[in-house]
Amino acid sequence: MATRSIDALHNWLISEEFTSSRQARFHKAYVLWLNLAGNPLALGGFLVVLSLIVIATFAPLLATHDPILQDLTMALKPPSAINWFGTDEFGRDVYSRLVYGARTTLYISILVTVIVAPIGFVIGATAGYLGGWIDVVLMRITDIFLSFPSLVLALAFSAALGPGIENAVIAIALTVWPPIARLARAETLTFRQADFVVAAELQGAGMARILFRHIVPLCAPSIVIRLTLNMSSVILTAAGLGFLGLGAQPPMPEWGAMAASGRQYLLDAWWLTTVPGLAILVVSLAFNLLGDGLRDIMDPRNA
Amino acid sequence: MSIAHTTETGWSGGKAAVSALRKVATSFAVILTTLLGLLVITFVVGRMVPADPVIAVIGDQADQATYERVYKQMGLDQPLYVQFATYIGNVAHLDFGQSHVTKNPVASDLARVFPATLELATLATLIGASLGVPLGIISAVRKGTWVDHLARIVGLLGHSTPIFWLGTIVILVFYAKFGLIPGGGRLDVYNEGLVEGPTNSIIVDAILAGEWEVLRDALLHLAAPAIILGYAAMAYLSRMSRSFMLEQLRQEYVLTAKAKGLGQRAIVWRHAFRNIRVQLLTVVALAHCGLLDGTVLIETVFAWPGLGQYLTSALFFADMNAVLGSVLLIGIISIAINLLSDITYRFLDPRTR
Repeated sequence: MATRSIDALHNWLISEEFTSSRQARFHKAYVLWLNLAGNPLALGGFLVVLSLIVIATFAPLLATHDPILQDLTMALKPPSAINWFGTDEFGRDVYSRLVYGARTTLYISILVTVIVAPIGFVIGATAGYLGGWIDVVLMRITDIFLSFPSLVLALAFSAALGPGIENAVIAIALTVWPPIARLARAETLTFRQADFVVAAELQGAGMARILFRHIVPLCAPSIVIRLTLNMSSVILTAAGLGFLGLGAQPPMPEWGAMAASGRQYLLDAWWLTTVPGLAILVVSLAFNLLGDGLRDIMDPRNA
Repeated sequence: MSIAHTTETGWSGGKAAVSALRKVATSFAVILTTLLGLLVITFVVGRMVPADPVIAVIGDQADQATYERVYKQMGLDQPLYVQFATYIGNVAHLDFGQSHVTKNPVASDLARVFPATLELATLATLIGASLGVPLGIISAVRKGTWVDHLARIVGLLGHSTPIFWLGTIVILVFYAKFGLIPGGGRLDVYNEGLVEGPTNSIIVDAILAGEWEVLRDALLHLAAPAIILGYAAMAYLSRMSRSFMLEQLRQEYVLTAKAKGLGQRAIVWRHAFRNIRVQLLTVVALAHCGLLDGTVLIETVFAWPGLGQYLTSALFFADMNAVLGSVLLIGIISIAINLLSDITYRFLDPRTR
């Protein structure tokens, strides 16, 4: 009985004779999922990203210790049954700090995405839609930001804004929006003269309506792919800022800062640097794999 | 504008020269506006700093009269656009102000530390290009085989590894456990100061002076950071050269060459590779640029006395003149490298003329 209903659901989802727009939407998501499931590397990346979200959400349940509470009698203990990844120089449990550090990583990634996606889209799409000197000016500004190596630009801004996680997010966002704007402009240009855009214009639709109702749905896949691929560099830049002491401030657990503070005890306590570094590596690799896979599925032109 | 250029055919030589000149003029205008934008960014960042620049100079014990005198002296009573003009004038004279930490002019500090970074980044680019380009081409030729998959994984790992962490692990394993590499810096203590050369690049200076022992020591110190940075460059370059090569292999001339019985080696290296040389040059230049980014972190790890370490220690002491000077230098180098690769592109690729 149960298998029959699953079969029926599968057939309903896979069928291309849609009876409602809701079915069409579910169909699209289902086919995307099937494609993703057929690509083991991308699926692996997806699962890691998913578990990052789960770990960050349920951090208080998964952690075995308080991530901030210091206990100097327990300092620099190697991995054991009580402290799975050992303890740091203040006797804090590295595993629990790692679990809470997932929150910091996710917080930075989500915040950067939320800031960057609309800004990049609006600047790029406006430039592409209006053309003329507005296009020239906006793209010139974009190129100026692109001409800096991203970490150096982020360093300069967080130096000016002062250390702290919010400022790190702003500094990173300032380096991430230009490629998004470039992409949105290119995509807008390809649709600018399309019949459906002209039709909407003839019906009296304004620029905002055309951009947000007609262009956004068409740009969304490539922007999502770009953001996913960028996420790994966002995480690496955030970790780099944390490593230099400009990101999250102690005692907040952040993987880059954890790896940095472990450097002083490198010879006695290898786990302090190794474990958070591996966490950064795994998460950023996962975003790369997922982005690569999504690009193969959703955007076969560039495969 | 570009469409107009390509559709008009049958130009005389004089007109072509004029259009080439106009293109050069346009790209110079672009460069100038980019430079101006760069200066705006560094100027704004300098003004955003919460700390009072006057206090940074005179200390917080000075009386009100001294404060006002220095305030006027630094031009802070002038309107912003005047301050900006002064700033541009100073930068044009290579005057980036004085570093609070080293007490030297920032410009002379930069001249001292930059060769070390250039040495490191250049060697890393060479390593990355000599490994990454062949790897990318092989994986394009053998697309879908295990070689391709392996290259893809190696490349993705290179994109995803936190470079400062990799450096730390390399020091832990190869220096602390096995003692195979020196611990950090550019030279061992007993070789310090043996060569004082014109270029400030120890490798070049040691060769010029014929100090082979110093050269060996310098190369040993350079090896670990250069290989780590080279790995990051390799990841990028193998990916790019793979996609360039794949595009060429789809072309019809490759089919023609196959049909007339040419071997694969000849097709790939004599025909396809010739066509991607220019693109490759561009991405190698971009990789070199990108490495200036990577050096900031790797220099901290390996105690490499270059631009990156100068920048991070300046950050640590909130030495804004030094920070902005370094950032401006890196930005200018990026623009220069982009311009150079653009010019070579024009020069080597007849289609862009």
